[in-house]
Amino acid sequence: MTGPYRRPVPSTWWLHNRAYFLFMLRELTSVFIAAYLILLLILLYRLNAGRGAYESYLRFLGAPGMVTFHVIALAAALFHTVTWFNLTPKVLVVRVGARRVPAPIIAGVNYAAWIVFSALVAWIVLRG
Amino acid sequence: MAGTREPFWWSLFAAGGAVAALLAPVQIALTGIVIARGWAGQSFTYDRALALVSHPLSRLYLFVLISLPLFHWAHRFRFTLIDLGLKWSRALVAGVCYGAAVAGTILAALVLIRF
Amino acid sequence: MPDPTITLEIFRYHPEQNETPSFRRYEIPYREDWVVLDAINYIKDHIDGTLAYRWSCRMGVCGSCGMMINGTPRLSCAAFLREYYPNPVRVEPLANFPVERDLVIALDDFMHKLREVNPWLIRAHEQPLSDGEYRQTPDEVAAYKQYSMCINCMLCYAACPVYALEPRFLGPAAIALAQRYNLDSRDQGRSQREAVLSSEDGIWDCTLVGECTVACPEHVDPAGAIQRAKLASTIDWYKRVLMPWGGR
Repeated sequence: MTGPYRRPVPSTWWLHNRAYFLFMLRELTSVFIAAYLILLLILLYRLNAGRGAYESYLRFLGAPGMVTFHVIALAAALFHTVTWFNLTPKVLVVRVGARRVPAPIIAGVNYAAWIVFSALVAWIVLRG
Repeated sequence: MAGTREPFWWSLFAAGGAVAALLAPVQIALTGIVIARGWAGQSFTYDRALALVSHPLSRLYLFVLISLPLFHWAHRFRFTLIDLGLKWSRALVAGVCYGAAVAGTILAALVLIRF
Repeated sequence: MPDPTITLEIFRYHPEQNETPSFRRYEIPYREDWVVLDAINYIKDHIDGTLAYRWSCRMGVCGSCGMMINGTPRLSCAAFLREYYPNPVRVEPLANFPVERDLVIALDDFMHKLREVNPWLIRAHEQPLSDGEYRQTPDEVAAYKQYSMCINCMLCYAACPVYALEPRFLGPAAIALAQRYNLDSRDQGRSQREAVLSSEDGIWDCTLVGECTVACPEHVDPAGAIQRAKLASTIDWYKRVLMPWGGR
């Protein structure tokens, strides 16, 4: 007689269920963000190296392929932002007496901070 | 001493995730799209960019912006590799991922300190 | 017009007859007020008495009739046929557990993990009975009540891909239960649970897929419990490292 039957777990388990697939997408957004940060670090390195190095790197960043990458990275970053803020109430539990502050309020504070920070950064960089 | 260092890595992951959530979209849109396509006009010429980045607060901002989300990536990628069925030892996966984030952090410090 | 019927495809595994499982189809009368458990009981009573499965209360309290229904972990007493009709319903034993027979899974691993987190009130010094009970305010009860609702149905383990990939993972319900006692004002045993909670196969394995919380029929939110445990452990860790003289 054989013992209990163990069902195999295929390495494609995350393709079999919509929630698992979205989870995997969420985790992989970090790859796009990290790749972007490496490109940003190179931009800073070239800026330090001098005018010619900086301007040629800006031309490289302006190529259609690089802009396409950044559009995809922006979509990934936005997905990260939304999933991160929506999960924050799971970690941060604030109680007022017996009542737990509702999750939408905690997430809402995050979104408000996000709008303020984004506007501030954009203003500092673009004010000219 | 604590038996596990997981709380340390998790705290860097959490801080990096928060920084990325707050700042990655606007940063990517600015340097990757607006400035790269030349839509920013005169606001990001070499002289302006150099002046802006040379400010100590800018460099501190950029250091945090680059370093913490790299640890966020390292933490997630470490578990993603395991989720996808990588059969390396768990310690090796962790070492490679966090090691890459440490290397990125050192590079960021070296670049930013020279302005 | 003939009476309506519905088809159930049921996972069958009889190790003494066949080493590999298979699916068997049963066509049974469709009744709008039947749940999947009623349909399985009908099969057992009228078609095939060899079908093995667990159930008891059929009202969502006992936690013993959890099954994969069309790939989703559900209590079979709470899943109505009308949610699936006229399509067939595929019934499998709870995912991620070894299968003993048909829809019956092995519980040993889960029972072991429940015990590991010391799920009872731990006191530094038990006060004598003559001092009366340990009292709590409503706020203190509210702090852990949600995590005390668990019925040990194991749907959260069946929903968890981390447990699927690493069976040593302590898992959602056990961690939520540990949090239930950690957050109880009468309990002083958190440091005793920490060794298991914060071990290699404890809370740090969790990647917050979040499906345990979706699967939970009692709205315990194990995913939230695990993240709160991570935050608490992290704060403790920094306290120990930065203030080793603090003592706790």
